[in-house]
Amino acid sequence: MQNLLQTLCDIKAPSGCESALADFISEELRPYADEIYRDALGNLIVHKKGPGKKLMFCAHMDELGVVATCYGEKGQIYVAALGGVVPHRILYKRVRFMNGTEGVIVPDGDENDVLKNIKMGKLYVDIGARDEKTAKAMVAIGESAVFVGDYVDQGDVIISKALDDRAGCYALMRGLMEAKQNAQDVYAVFTVSEELGLRGAKAVGVSISPDYAVALDVTRTGDTASGPKMSTALGKGAAIKIMDSSLITHPIVKERLKALCEKRNILWQPEVLERGGTDAGAVHLTGGGVPSGCISIPTRNIHSPGEMVDKHDLENVVALVTALIEEGM
Amino acid sequence: MYLSELTALSGVSGNERAVRNFIKEKAAPYADAVEIDSMGNLLVFQKGTGNSGKTLMLCAHMDEVGLIVSRITEEGFLKFKTVGGIDPRVLVSKRVCVGEVGLSGVIGRKAIHLLSKEERKKAPEIKNLYVDIGAKDKEEAESKVSIGDYITFNSAYVPFGGGLVKAKAVDNRAGCAVLLDVMQEPCSWDRVYAFTVQEETGLRGARLCARRVKPDMALVLEATTCSDLPETDKHMMSTRLGGGAAISFTDGTTSYNRKLVQRLYQLAEENHIPVQYKQTATGGNDAGIIHVSAGGILTAAISVPARYIHSPVSVISLVDYEAVKKLTKVWMQEVSHAELVTDFM
Repeated sequence: MQNLLQTLCDIKAPSGCESALADFISEELRPYADEIYRDALGNLIVHKKGPGKKLMFCAHMDELGVVATCYGEKGQIYVAALGGVVPHRILYKRVRFMNGTEGVIVPDGDENDVLKNIKMGKLYVDIGARDEKTAKAMVAIGESAVFVGDYVDQGDVIISKALDDRAGCYALMRGLMEAKQNAQDVYAVFTVSEELGLRGAKAVGVSISPDYAVALDVTRTGDTASGPKMSTALGKGAAIKIMDSSLITHPIVKERLKALCEKRNILWQPEVLERGGTDAGAVHLTGGGVPSGCISIPTRNIHSPGEMVDKHDLENVVALVTALIEEGM
Repeated sequence: MYLSELTALSGVSGNERAVRNFIKEKAAPYADAVEIDSMGNLLVFQKGTGNSGKTLMLCAHMDEVGLIVSRITEEGFLKFKTVGGIDPRVLVSKRVCVGEVGLSGVIGRKAIHLLSKEERKKAPEIKNLYVDIGAKDKEEAESKVSIGDYITFNSAYVPFGGGLVKAKAVDNRAGCAVLLDVMQEPCSWDRVYAFTVQEETGLRGARLCARRVKPDMALVLEATTCSDLPETDKHMMSTRLGGGAAISFTDGTTSYNRKLVQRLYQLAEENHIPVQYKQTATGGNDAGIIHVSAGGILTAAISVPARYIHSPVSVISLVDYEAVKKLTKVWMQEVSHAELVTDFM
């Protein structure tokens, strides 16, 4: 099962280029679904038919990346951010384009000058091209790239790029695979372009118009020297979101999730995130409003190529998703 | 081409009536139906020549950036707020038209010899500017102007240089003019031309159009930034004047479908239409709200590059305008292939 998570993390799927990941998830879940389809934006919708209310889960497929905007005479590839890429964190990091070309993010000019006022326009990707013509042949304008960050299984934790939100995709897939029945009409949606502003979720909230929605996403933790002041920590279980800047979890959803944890002995912790949002933020405002919540996977170093989750937390999240599918909202 | 007439009309966001009336009249001969919704969006419906049952929505916003009167001073000067994004530095000493009658005015600021050392170093702020309509006092000003009156730039359509044009409001009368130009072309899909309101204040009109029309595909025609100018790094030049139709692959509000973008670019090349990518990833247009509406809509954006956009002296190249027009026509032929939408998944 760790192999499933590794495969998910390894696939390149920056915002706007999620189709290879959607293909993989779609194949894996085919035996467990009544219907699988994609909408006009590329959201992958896995429908497991059941009685009564529509219960929708969302996990986003996209990860942070950069996109080639133009060339320089020395073979530079200038790039723009896809999602919340922080320029000072990416200097000298390696990126891999969708076509496999690799490069290194380097300063466009003297390093010390660039560091004084660092922004995307002052960085470029060095792909080893000796001139503009060679660069053009290697990377097309509009081609996207992801950060390189190998998957490592070490003690209690997994370190990898893109755990935001492959950990959520993984938990949702496992829940669908392991649920013995489903109490309600379950829609598992693997969304696109979350990192660009919950765009995929805005569309599916309308087309599916669920009765309840639960997002599966990563959350920050307060257990490192650099982390925000918050109680959420690695190893303390599945995090039930109380609020973030996009959503206050609906009481029905919050209480149901807590009750399922108590009933099934699932380790859980509350999560209050001051800044940040998930697909649930977009979905809960669609139609006439959708009671929504979020089950979070505590994650260190979010939006870096070295995101880190605890394996036991992930198992608790899988157990909670499975419970919710089996017993319903 | 109606670019000259369209740019002459006043249509600051929320006050698009004159533009709408003009377009409605010109579109009428080609329309199967015309609707104006509660916000003022103009929808022109055209049946397709085929029976695929599919709909292409072509979208251009009618509004332009401008100003709105917020207060009249004791001395009879007009204080104002901006409507849409305007760099205050472009406003000083410009001619404007105020209200429905288009009363003449000029924008003034404290003279340089009266500015403090610190003030000279800073860009002017909107609160330090005013419109002078030549009124001798508040009473006279109030007899001609009301709070809430719109103010537009006073700037004529002037061809100059090698096929260039200077005008106000090319963002986005250029898109509107393209749509009027392509209406006579046949297309197998049903078409809805959505002339939207209030794009400049947050893509407000397009939201309703997308939900109302629920098209299978949308194409947004726009004017976009063009910074092929001195003191700009080559890689920070969003587009180049005369470089052709500008196709967006990502911007501040939309990550465009990659296959759709590539197909558009390739089609332009195959048809010898000058084409370029908009190579910066900022800004946005109606596509931002359309593509996430109604369960998700496949959306592309093609723009005419405009130097000094959102100013009274925007400059475009007619080569680029023609390229956008031709590419739009070619695209209307291309969508005849019924499987097109699923091809892009």
